[in-house]
Amino acid sequence: MAKKTEKEIKNIWTYDPAPESSDHIQLKDKYDLYIDGKWVKPESGKYYDTSNPASTKKIASIAYGNDKDVDKAVRAARKAYKNVWSKMEPSERAKYIFRIARIMQERARELAVIECMDSGKVIREARDVDVPLACNHFFYYAGWADKLEYAFPNQKVESIGVAGQIIPWNFPLLMAAWKIAPALAAGNTVVLKPAETTPLTALKLAEIIHEAGLPAGVVNVVTGFGDTGAAIVNHHDIDKIAFTGSTGVGKLIQRAVAGTNKRVTLELGGKSANIILDDAPLDQAVEGIVNGIFFNQGHVCCAGSRLFVQENVADRVIQMLKARMETLVVGDPLDKNTDIGAINSKEQLATINKYIEIGKKEGADMYQSHINLPKSGYYCAPTLFTNMSQSSVIVKEEIFGPVLTIQTFRTIDEVIQKANNTEYGLAAGVWTSNGARIFNLTTKLKAGVVWANTYNRFDPVSPFGGYKESGFGREGGLHGLKSYVKLS
Amino acid sequence: MERLSVLKTYKLYIGGAFPRTESGRYYELKNGKGENIANVCLASRKDFRNAVVAARKASGGWSERSHFNRSQILYRIAEMMETRRAQFIEELISQGISKSKAEVEVDLSVDRLVYYAGWCDKYTQVLSSVNPVSSPHFNFSTVEPMGVISVISDVKNGLLDLVSVVAPIIAGGNTVVVLAAEQYPLSAITFAEVLNSSDVPGGVVNILTGKRSELLKHMASHMDVNAIAYSGTSGEERKLIEIESVENLKRSCYIDENWNDKGAQGLKFIEMFQEVKTTWHPIENIGGATSSY
Repeated sequence: MAKKTEKEIKNIWTYDPAPESSDHIQLKDKYDLYIDGKWVKPESGKYYDTSNPASTKKIASIAYGNDKDVDKAVRAARKAYKNVWSKMEPSERAKYIFRIARIMQERARELAVIECMDSGKVIREARDVDVPLACNHFFYYAGWADKLEYAFPNQKVESIGVAGQIIPWNFPLLMAAWKIAPALAAGNTVVLKPAETTPLTALKLAEIIHEAGLPAGVVNVVTGFGDTGAAIVNHHDIDKIAFTGSTGVGKLIQRAVAGTNKRVTLELGGKSANIILDDAPLDQAVEGIVNGIFFNQGHVCCAGSRLFVQENVADRVIQMLKARMETLVVGDPLDKNTDIGAINSKEQLATINKYIEIGKKEGADMYQSHINLPKSGYYCAPTLFTNMSQSSVIVKEEIFGPVLTIQTFRTIDEVIQKANNTEYGLAAGVWTSNGARIFNLTTKLKAGVVWANTYNRFDPVSPFGGYKESGFGREGGLHGLKSYVKLS
Repeated sequence: MERLSVLKTYKLYIGGAFPRTESGRYYELKNGKGENIANVCLASRKDFRNAVVAARKASGGWSERSHFNRSQILYRIAEMMETRRAQFIEELISQGISKSKAEVEVDLSVDRLVYYAGWCDKYTQVLSSVNPVSSPHFNFSTVEPMGVISVISDVKNGLLDLVSVVAPIIAGGNTVVVLAAEQYPLSAITFAEVLNSSDVPGGVVNILTGKRSELLKHMASHMDVNAIAYSGTSGEERKLIEIESVENLKRSCYIDENWNDKGAQGLKFIEMFQEVKTTWHPIENIGGATSSY
């Protein structure tokens, strides 16, 4: 019998639907702003719709906060900082944060399902990655609250004040946790602005924070658009800005705060190199490539979007990769078999498609897995490009979607140069079974996170953040605390 | 007949050589009596760009040198400076600083170099961590130099301000382009002579003399500079530097210290110019044997 191709096998064997139940999810029709421990209507009276990118259907109305709402939130945060949070025994502060982590764990499945509905990410990832990491982040930083003097020996450690935090749509709840947990542990109060397309889990987190009994004003959530974020950045009584998002907006923020004494940490874009050497365990490497670029639909700032394969194994790796791509299931985010869910928004899908067109126009060869994309909703087939140069637009610019560019190299020196030849410096991957080669590469790659024989791993104890135009400051671990303390 | 002394021509220090400014321009440095004591190079933007090229070229080698070796080289700078103690003091006096102040400044500069020489092979240990992640991975964070740093020297002291900022930056494996204080250029160039005879590779420290007002913007905006350290600036200058630094997200570090204070030194001045890198690797665990026995 002739050997069947992956494509043929896929047509014979299909998965039955395995949807995660969403019956238990309780969402309100309309969400207000969470300011000073209360749900308050936006000053403008305006609301906007948040929708499910897998169906394009509306989920809820969300308050559109403006500068007056931000001012109210900052005042509440300042009051809570001065009167309560900075004065509280650090061990008591810790207990509040532990409580948040515990309630999140209790409500983990609910959070995971809502995350999928609002963002388009798949339930397997939301359930096993986003939500547990978010809970654990609170749990980890809670314990630091009364141990700060151990983190910064020989230095006087103080909190900063009111932190304005602006987060992206790719890991909505996890980014909220990355921002809020260390800020609270160090004794600061917070005004958080979730991304406009994914506000729901941050609002659920506000409910949890309320349930945990945190003093009013310690955490405030103001939903809205870019102008809402700008109001936070420009507010005179904000002491610290923490932003995760695009490099373009990061630069706008830096310009806006120039000449003020606001502290800033930025976690921005990337175009990370994932490097496969000829002695790598290729089966594992192919899984690593897939995880590197197709995890979370490629909406990952540290995505391994520039693949470099050593020339003598390139044909084999690309063939294996194409075969593996054929087996990826693209579809309903809430189905437990789905590997790749919906693209977060119509706008983002347009951006990805624009880059795919540019790649084709530049003369690169494109390969997409042969799948029928769902009829409604925003979807993009896993895509790879070969035969392009370092100067190609799709090699240089962050696409933020399931689009991989593949280049080859002969020597290690060559690949180090090529990998570092970018304005970004967020992450890198190296695949080889030779330990000495690993450290040669990992020490020379200019990136804040380097994965050797693995990719896209995250942990609350592990500092994350970039070199060069990928931003500055670290989040996570001991080093992540530093962004939220004043040392002298 | 009295012997005619030989005067020194003060030039720039770029890539381990002492070129004149490509612009051919100079400014007159006057002493307290209003007499001209030197025609000092008025460095141009092009000189700055050349210096960045030299600093970038030196960056790879310097950052990858063994930390122990860097430690010895910094110590060597201190040795060389000590032997020229009298010269530095005399030169500072010629630039209008009192004898007692000049002595303190030179002594502190030497001691500060010795202090940072000692840090070279220790700071990574103090700033690094092994992170106990929940998955089967070995994960550690360590620090690496940022790369090429612009330094705009403070204007309070002729020698000490410059040494106090440059020493921790190069101890941490970075290379620098320094703009010396406009009114104290002589000790900066004499310091370059010390560096030049201390096994510091050419290009690791580059020193320019010239006008702050002219070079500030370019030192902040250059796309191949990773960070800028600046001192002695007004509010307006700070804002300008911060705005000009944005385009390549240059780390901008305002340093406001009284370097005459003996305690104005420490790990934080090294850490300021380091990036944290976190590395992951899987740990194989097949069979489930534990380490208990």
